[in-house]
Amino acid sequence: MWKWLHPYAKPEKSYQLAGTLLPWFVAASVVTFVVGTVWGLLFAPADYQQGDSFRIIYIHVPAALMAMGAYSTMAVAAFVALVWQIKLAEMSVAATAPVGAVFTFIALLTGAAWGKPMWGAWWVWDARLTSELILLFVYLGIIALYNAFSDKVLAGRAAAILTLVGVVNLPIIHYSVVWWNTLHQGATISKFAKPSMAPAMLWPLIIMIVAFAAFLGTLTLMRFRNEILARESHRPWVILLIENSNKQYLQEHK
Amino acid sequence: MQRVTHMFNAFLQVVSKELKGAFRHPSDILNPIWFFVIVVTLFPLAIGSDPALLKRIAPGIIWVAALLAALLSFERLFKDDFIDGTLEQLMLTPFPLAWLVCAKVFAHWLLTGLPVLLVSPLLALFLALDTETYTALFLTLLIGTPILSLLGAIGVALTVGLRKGGILLSLIMLPLSIPILIFSTMAIDAAAYGQSYLGLLALLAAMLVAAITLAPFAIAASLRVSVS
Repeated sequence: MWKWLHPYAKPEKSYQLAGTLLPWFVAASVVTFVVGTVWGLLFAPADYQQGDSFRIIYIHVPAALMAMGAYSTMAVAAFVALVWQIKLAEMSVAATAPVGAVFTFIALLTGAAWGKPMWGAWWVWDARLTSELILLFVYLGIIALYNAFSDKVLAGRAAAILTLVGVVNLPIIHYSVVWWNTLHQGATISKFAKPSMAPAMLWPLIIMIVAFAAFLGTLTLMRFRNEILARESHRPWVILLIENSNKQYLQEHK
Repeated sequence: MQRVTHMFNAFLQVVSKELKGAFRHPSDILNPIWFFVIVVTLFPLAIGSDPALLKRIAPGIIWVAALLAALLSFERLFKDDFIDGTLEQLMLTPFPLAWLVCAKVFAHWLLTGLPVLLVSPLLALFLALDTETYTALFLTLLIGTPILSLLGAIGVALTVGLRKGGILLSLIMLPLSIPILIFSTMAIDAAAYGQSYLGLLALLAAMLVAAITLAPFAIAASLRVSVS
């Protein structure tokens, strides 16, 4: 049943698959980003309490969601890497981590910018902000560990182990921080049955979430392709690929 | 049955080897403890010696100092064994590596966690803690320091092969130890206000059980990465 998956354990096949998927992700993220930002930032109605400054959620919420989404994909990839010993899954962990870290950073930054007018301070020790900050620390730990090894095969495996350790810990961290202190407004759209948000505001948000997801996919695929090329640089197919692109370049610039 | 006794023998042998090795270099055990006491001493000097203030911040100070002292002691958990090849020998034994790693972590806790517990009455005096608060502090240290040892062992196992693993170890381990810090200090705070803190202790104990069941496998897997 899973046989169709097997060829993709080969780096070359995976590289090609990532290459064919990439344009679709680019197109999807460009379209949804344009629609979502214009709708959300210009046309969505202003909030009756928070005024126009609520619009920052169109960046903040998707970034925060995708920061966690990136970690979940890393966790799945790390599990696959360690259980079935698939090298490419390790590469995808390494490829996703910096993207996830940047998304986390964006979520923190926009959260701070929103907190200034709403709570009167750039930073408050609120539960979700704090657990997002700790998520950033965990990301940075994984990236630092990956970079510390000179042998990238070992680096990938170590990063995968640390990712799994983190995934066991993150819910514990999250709930410990929630009990520790809470100030953040409750989740606005997690309850899809009856969202506590007007549809006119909700739709641009959903579009922006899709945009960020597609953008996450785009960046990850690009980094994944680079990672494969860097690690397999001595393989004939990579050398052939480089030669061909060189030839093409020379022909175009004759 | 015989296999079980063999496994327990192996456990005891690893523990006794660790203890013997440590007692030949007593400063390795004593230095982190001194560090712990000195860090705690710095706070009253820096903040002021008002007993009410000290009492308020004591749980945080003690726990942060315990975390930092634990970090200092982790290096020796696997480093020497990594350098002289003992780790490879441990992997070649017929016993599961996770099990032997448990023994090493247990020995490490005896050498670093237990001394922290033993000097804690002194700190209670320094920071003007009453008996009820001190009891809570003692219980959280008793349950919390083994979790720290287990978490730290994962970090050490991941970084032991690296030349500059020390700072990386703290980057990896400190974020993961935040829940322990939070629950412990909450329990001590609750005790200071005369409330029940059994629920928080139970949560800590649950984390300890989870750490004991899961961490050895992570440590063993990490060691295999570092040694290969």
